Amino acid sequence: MPSRREFISQVSTSSIAALVTAYPITSMAQIDPLVARVRAYAGVGSIKEGRVKLEIASLVDNGNSVPIEVKVSSAMREQDRVVGIAVFNEKNPQPEIAEFVLGPRTGRAHVSTRIRLATTQRIVAVAKMVDGSCWTHTVEVVVTLAACLDE
Amino acid sequence: MAHTILTVPAVAKSGEIIELRALIQHPMETGYRRSSEGVMLPRDLIRSFTCRFLERGKSGEGELVFSATLHAAISANPFLSFHTTAYASGTFVLTWSGDNGFTQTERAHIAVR
Repeated sequence: MPSRREFISQVSTSSIAALVTAYPITSMAQIDPLVARVRAYAGVGSIKEGRVKLEIASLVDNGNSVPIEVKVSSAMREQDRVVGIAVFNEKNPQPEIAEFVLGPRTGRAHVSTRIRLATTQRIVAVAKMVDGSCWTHTVEVVVTLAACLDE
Repeated sequence: MAHTILTVPAVAKSGEIIELRALIQHPMETGYRRSSEGVMLPRDLIRSFTCRFLERGKSGEGELVFSATLHAAISANPFLSFHTTAYASGTFVLTWSGDNGFTQTERAHIAVR
């Protein structure tokens, strides 16, 4: 018969071990909805992290109006040009925030707007290049006052 | 007519990258909120924004500069900022359209030296 202290330490170590082994399996089984959104936007193109910078405050006081800016490092010449930018969220009622189409003379792939955030969540910006490849940047945002969704 | 604020440079050098900013007064009602009486507020969103450039002396609808598809996650009074390269004098034609037949067009002229 183990003492109470031994019993608790056994249970906690075994349950932690179970969690550690179980977690990667469940996370692989459930596809991240944010990743699925990006995949749908990218189509057949490759998805890589980098080149895009999603600028947003990491701590948001008021979720009703949050300034965001998406900057893509690109020479914006014929062969290497951003044709589209999309922004998706994780936990708003709808996963889409906005999709932008950039004309051939954009010159500088910087876009900014103001968005609503329902709660603390991740936001992803995707830039689609003229060759079809996509670049992403994901940011975790903490929201203290949510956008009023059911008032 | 909804109130708009456009920030477009009046004069630019040829080849200069300019920033355009557009703001329109609109509630962007999401369709997920209730009024104080508990009645669901119907969705009223601006769904799309388009900016085209029409060179002076030319006709037609011009060349696409920038367009955006907006969703409920865009704040009330949608603000957009984007860039383009000034290459000729002409007019930027900005159009917002959305639910309940909402559509509004504004123009901004630019002189390129």
